[in-house]
Amino acid sequence: MSVNFGAKRLAVGAHYGLRDWLGQSVTAALMALFTLLVLAQLVFSKGPIGYDQWAGIFSSQWMKALTFTIIIALLFHVWVGMRNIWMDYIKPVWLRLSLQVFTIVWLVACGGWAIQVLWRL
Amino acid sequence: MAAYAVFTYLHPRKPKKMTELASKQRPKRPEFRNINAFKDLTTYRLPLAGFVSILHRISGAIMFLLMPFIIWMFDTSISSEISFEKFKAAFNVGMLGLPGVLWKLVALALIWAYLHHFIAGLRHLWMDISHAAINLQFGKSSAIATLALSIGLTFVLGAKLFGLY
Repeated sequence: MSVNFGAKRLAVGAHYGLRDWLGQSVTAALMALFTLLVLAQLVFSKGPIGYDQWAGIFSSQWMKALTFTIIIALLFHVWVGMRNIWMDYIKPVWLRLSLQVFTIVWLVACGGWAIQVLWRL
Repeated sequence: MAAYAVFTYLHPRKPKKMTELASKQRPKRPEFRNINAFKDLTTYRLPLAGFVSILHRISGAIMFLLMPFIIWMFDTSISSEISFEKFKAAFNVGMLGLPGVLWKLVALALIWAYLHHFIAGLRHLWMDISHAAINLQFGKSSAIATLALSIGLTFVLGAKLFGLY
């Protein structure tokens, strides 16, 4: 194992701590609970699910606030996951950094779109 | 710092020469360098937990790449009744010159990816919490359960998606 701390720390490496792992676990648990919440509302709605039932789930302000939180949690979760994939398989630093930048651009753009959809409802 | 990282990548340190401890009469040990993805990896017998692990990664990457499509579905299904009809038409009639069946297949891939990622993720979380779950037996049985549940539920939801019931 080559030295990769101190002055030789790899800028595109992990941050050698619990933070990302714990963050990914916590966001996973939050998203799992959110999935069950949306699923429960679909299962317990009466009659066939049309536009009104579906949009109704996200129409209340508390549900919008919660969904917004889940979108942010998703962005962090995916960032850690994709960064792990790049760190495992992509060794050239310039390529790894490029893919990490692409991941961030992709995620922030998707996040902005999702939040816009949510709050113009 | 980044410039330094590039430098160390381009100019890795040479390994130190063998010391006198490793004398001549010792047989040369076999050296295993990078394994070949096509020649070596295919001969590995991956345990079921290994399949769950790599599928967890693949399903996550699929959802990452299809994220714009997921948000497009969220957008069109929720914005208005007119867009809701557009959403349904994409899967029933087709969109962008592609038949609806193809879009249903993309949706089915996403359904599988979400189910597998969800169940395999719960398995991970449970292993993080429970010390009793950290053993070979649980690793194998929970891997079987994960694969059975995710594939089974994908079939059930896929049958509904394609109108089999």
